Amino acid sequence: MNNTEQLCLHVPEPSGRPGCETDFSYLQLSPAGFADKPDVAVEPVGTRELATQLIRVLDDGGEAVGPWAEAIPVEILRKGLTDMMKTRIFDSRMLIAQRQKKLSFYMQSLGEEAIGVGQTLALRPQDMHFPTYRQQSILIAREVSLVDMICQLLSNERDPLKGRQLPVMYSVRESGFFSISGNLGTQYIQAVGWAMASAIKGDDKIAAGWIGDGATAASDFHSALTFAHVYRAPVILNIVNNQWAISTFQAIAGGEGITLATRGLGYGIASLRVDGNDFLAVYAVSKWAAERARRNLGPTLIEWVTYRAGPHSTSDDPSKYRPADDWSHFPLGDPIARLKQHLIRIGAWSDEEHEATHKALEAEIATAQKEAESYGNFTNGHIPSAADMFEGVYKELPEHLRLQRQQLGK
Amino acid sequence: MTTHSKLPAQTQSPHAVMTMIQAIRSAMDVMLERDNNVVVFGQDVGYFGGVFRCTEGLQAKYGSSRVFDAPISENGIAGAAVGMGAYGLRPVAEIQFADYVYPAIDQIVSEAARLRYRSAGQFTAPVTFRMPCGGGIYGGQTHSQSPEAIFTQVCGLRTVMPSNPYDAKGLLIASIESDDPVVFLEPKRLYNGPFDGHHDRPVTPWSKHPSSSVPEQHYVVPLDTAAIVRPGKAVTILTYGTTVWVALAAALEQGIDAEVIDLRSLWPLDLQTITDSVRKTRRCIVVHEATRTCGYGAELVSLVQEHCFHHLEAPIERVTGWDTPYPHAQEWDYFPGPGRVGEALKRTMEV
Repeated sequence: MNNTEQLCLHVPEPSGRPGCETDFSYLQLSPAGFADKPDVAVEPVGTRELATQLIRVLDDGGEAVGPWAEAIPVEILRKGLTDMMKTRIFDSRMLIAQRQKKLSFYMQSLGEEAIGVGQTLALRPQDMHFPTYRQQSILIAREVSLVDMICQLLSNERDPLKGRQLPVMYSVRESGFFSISGNLGTQYIQAVGWAMASAIKGDDKIAAGWIGDGATAASDFHSALTFAHVYRAPVILNIVNNQWAISTFQAIAGGEGITLATRGLGYGIASLRVDGNDFLAVYAVSKWAAERARRNLGPTLIEWVTYRAGPHSTSDDPSKYRPADDWSHFPLGDPIARLKQHLIRIGAWSDEEHEATHKALEAEIATAQKEAESYGNFTNGHIPSAADMFEGVYKELPEHLRLQRQQLGK
Repeated sequence: MTTHSKLPAQTQSPHAVMTMIQAIRSAMDVMLERDNNVVVFGQDVGYFGGVFRCTEGLQAKYGSSRVFDAPISENGIAGAAVGMGAYGLRPVAEIQFADYVYPAIDQIVSEAARLRYRSAGQFTAPVTFRMPCGGGIYGGQTHSQSPEAIFTQVCGLRTVMPSNPYDAKGLLIASIESDDPVVFLEPKRLYNGPFDGHHDRPVTPWSKHPSSSVPEQHYVVPLDTAAIVRPGKAVTILTYGTTVWVALAAALEQGIDAEVIDLRSLWPLDLQTITDSVRKTRRCIVVHEATRTCGYGAELVSLVQEHCFHHLEAPIERVTGWDTPYPHAQEWDYFPGPGRVGEALKRTMEV
């Protein structure tokens, strides 16, 4: 009897590659309105179905349906749409600025705008986000100065971060936006620590941790889930599953045959899988998770299913590893088009207003860009002083850095 | 010992005889009492009070939201501490053994150490990472390491190692109060008494030594000040932690008038005390328990030659642990004891 097989290593592959259209059936979508909405006090185990289904509110016709459809004030919906548009226009202009070599580097959030905007509008201004480099929509929704943002991108003399960080690695404490590391995943457990601190102090602020599908493989992700569960930390743990980590498909991070939301169940955390391109779903689920956190009911893990429509950064070309027109086939569509459709349907928006808003936002961003560029950029020498490089390593300048600054001759 | 000499009028507050464990516990007790932003957490530190008893009684006194157990995840302990620091707390995070710190390195090196810099001061991580280090207790290669050089080369970190109860308490309070992240290494062989490397002789308890007289109240030992623990004229010995005691024993046994400097704060470093001493004695040896190659001693040798080259009359010697993992059975062959330090002293004096 010889029934032994030769062993072979399984290396996951996406269903689509250049020249081969993606089969998106792997996403296992639920119809809009299908998923239940449990009470916020639900035990984590009670979210088992919600971790594998897909919470959706907007149907294909732009109607809000099902238990997660709630009465969101029209002003919030209109601000949400405007902020998403603003994020996208900002990205496209900064991308051009990078091609003009005014910026060394840029990362856009094309296709993912609903998630950062929706959650930010669902939280309070004092709550702290621990973002990745693809949540600039949070800054836009919190109405951070565009000039400050662009000065950071330009690393110029007005850069709030003094030229120390790569473009897009923003930090805006006063707007509840934690410093972006660049080392993936580290902020996830820090968000949990911040939330624990808020609980230790009897505060009412909560934290929102952000991570991509790729970095769910990092140890910080697992530490974060463990600590969040152990201490019932008031934190929302967001996974933005945009399917791609540079050139690796989400299956390489462990997403094959499972949903990333189910990761949370094993840790004892309420876990939901949500249409990340559906602003109404993002807002409703974020509100639900925030209420859980604020009522000491514990953390919530949310997998946002979306698609990284652009390249990872200005340093890669996605047509080398996936079909160039992949986004146009992504079944959850474009978040801006979907919210626009809904708003028009309920009579709170129009094509004309959309066009006028678009033009006004373009003008606003162009004006901000012009002002920011008047303060220089990293290529024309208008950068923070070299002497300043030695400041802020420690609270006080130590003797060895004073000497090194002298050696530099500044 | 002259470690007390630079210290202000705190001698007026009542003193108690403390081991290094009790002094470390007292430092956390004082800071938990004074500053309700101080929290203490780590593996086994809560109800049980720590595997070395450094946090015994603190949870009962301050409650489990300020002194609590953590999962076995050094990455998580360090990362959560950074987040707490960003919120505004002053966490004291215990890594049960310095040998276990490696999963936390990303959070210490890339996050805690750089948060102030990269956010232009918007966020800071005023965390104290306590961790027992060093050998001499038959801990084998996973309970004996001295990883200080991993931290001293990281910009933005402070690295501290006391050698006696008085300094341990004062330095730990200064570390907790510091707005910079501090790696606080505790030589575990010194927890219960000074140790000169003569492992075959009876153990001396701290109560037999004057540095066990520790103020019960708040005081600090500054974080960038070395201590001349034995003034001398013939040769300078630069050392810290357990080998401070080894160096003192070696000088005594060889009858050499060595000036022994306990660095206490490894980085930032009190370079002035070092260069003043070497320019006076014109000879220098460096002693530490950690491995030699690219060890912290290499930096000390480099600084001494850079600043004192024309004063030197002999090559600078290093006496260190060997470049091997810390062995179990051969612990005393590995440990840089008074015999090896004594030989180095003799060689240096013969030049």
